[in-house]
Amino acid sequence: MTALTDELKLGLDAPICLTWELTYACNLACVHCLSSSGRRDPRELTTAEAMAVIDEMRSLQVFYVNIGGGEPMIRPDFYDLVNYATDRGVGVKFSTNGSRIDRTGAERLAAMDYTDIQLSIDGADAATNDVVRGPGSFATAVAAMDHLANADFGPFKISVVMTRQNIPQLDAFAALADRYGAELRLTRLRPAGRGADSWHQLHPHAEQQLELYHWLLDHPGVLTGDSFFHLNALGEENLPGLNLCGAGRVVCLIDPVGDVYACPFVLHDEFKAGNVRAPGGFTEVWKHSELFASLREPQSKGACVSCGEYDACQGGCMAAKFFTGLPLDGPDPECVTGHGELALAGVATAARPESTSNHSRPVRVALSAKPS
Amino acid sequence: MHPRVALRPEPFGALAYHYDNRRLNFLRSPDLVAVVRCLGDHETPDEALVACGISEQRRPGFRQALASLAASDFLQPVPH
Repeated sequence: MTALTDELKLGLDAPICLTWELTYACNLACVHCLSSSGRRDPRELTTAEAMAVIDEMRSLQVFYVNIGGGEPMIRPDFYDLVNYATDRGVGVKFSTNGSRIDRTGAERLAAMDYTDIQLSIDGADAATNDVVRGPGSFATAVAAMDHLANADFGPFKISVVMTRQNIPQLDAFAALADRYGAELRLTRLRPAGRGADSWHQLHPHAEQQLELYHWLLDHPGVLTGDSFFHLNALGEENLPGLNLCGAGRVVCLIDPVGDVYACPFVLHDEFKAGNVRAPGGFTEVWKHSELFASLREPQSKGACVSCGEYDACQGGCMAAKFFTGLPLDGPDPECVTGHGELALAGVATAARPESTSNHSRPVRVALSAKPS
Repeated sequence: MHPRVALRPEPFGALAYHYDNRRLNFLRSPDLVAVVRCLGDHETPDEALVACGISEQRRPGFRQALASLAASDFLQPVPH
């Protein structure tokens, strides 16, 4: 472990990168949606309140914000907020399903400075993608890529959540990105939100984790948001990036109603640190919330203390443990040494935490059945 | 320092962010931050090291750090 990692564990004066979900409204209903999005929440931040949050980011010198949702482009003030941020030195990367990027939209985006776009797909073909993201969603995303390419937007990002079904398509994703001059970003499937229901059917098998680990080592230019550090115990070499859980230390999340969570993958009351509408705003939450203070203290290795791989994997992902009902100081459910599987076998389904934030529309698409 | 680079003070030194190439760098000592901030006032990096009171034995490490910042375009030559 490097000294830098030790310093980052103590927390920074402001997040390196902030995830901000602008709305719970979404035209899709992906089966693994971390925020269980679908319907707009009537309490969502107004334009003025959102701009006040951006003012705080500016004074905290948060250089970059990751905007997501829901589908953020659904918000009528989407462009106003993005421009307000970039005009103030707060760069924007936003995630979208592409449904609002037509020719005009792409031209408008291409004219904007300091804005990154991340198009989400979860399969390299419609058959694989649409099972997770809904009928027609692959064609929609590809149409958006075509519009961005035609408008000379420049390199955008293609973002994929790694699943059992799409890990065989790693090379196809790379080829798709190459075709558009895009950057490929692969992230870990978390059992959060609706993903808690679909995780058991979607998460990679052990041998696929090994395949992914080696593929990532062979493709160092592929972005991962440092989300696969739990795989570092698979070999001598660590994957590129910070090898630590950044929750409350270097990252956090603001949800559409202004609640601040320690981690983008745990929208749950237990990880809620405060709200940007309260006195002192986001700054007060980041600097003084009890939850964040506790996450910046040395963490117990718990059941992992006797495992020689702890320095490599850091015990894995807090969100993955929490939503599968595992103790936070024990192994990750996808622990590569197999400790997680053993631990999971001992967890009763009823012990898994219920979601405390759910904006799903009443009808869901396929794959929402309980695991068999 | 490149005009598109911003420094944010942190307990360990500072975070440096480059708005053009969107890269992040960690300046891992308050002394290094002081040197980087005053580079523009001096003809050479060595003058800046002297001005900031960096001792002889620490200078090689600082030169290395400055060279790596220059390699990623965070620092640029002073225009004459």
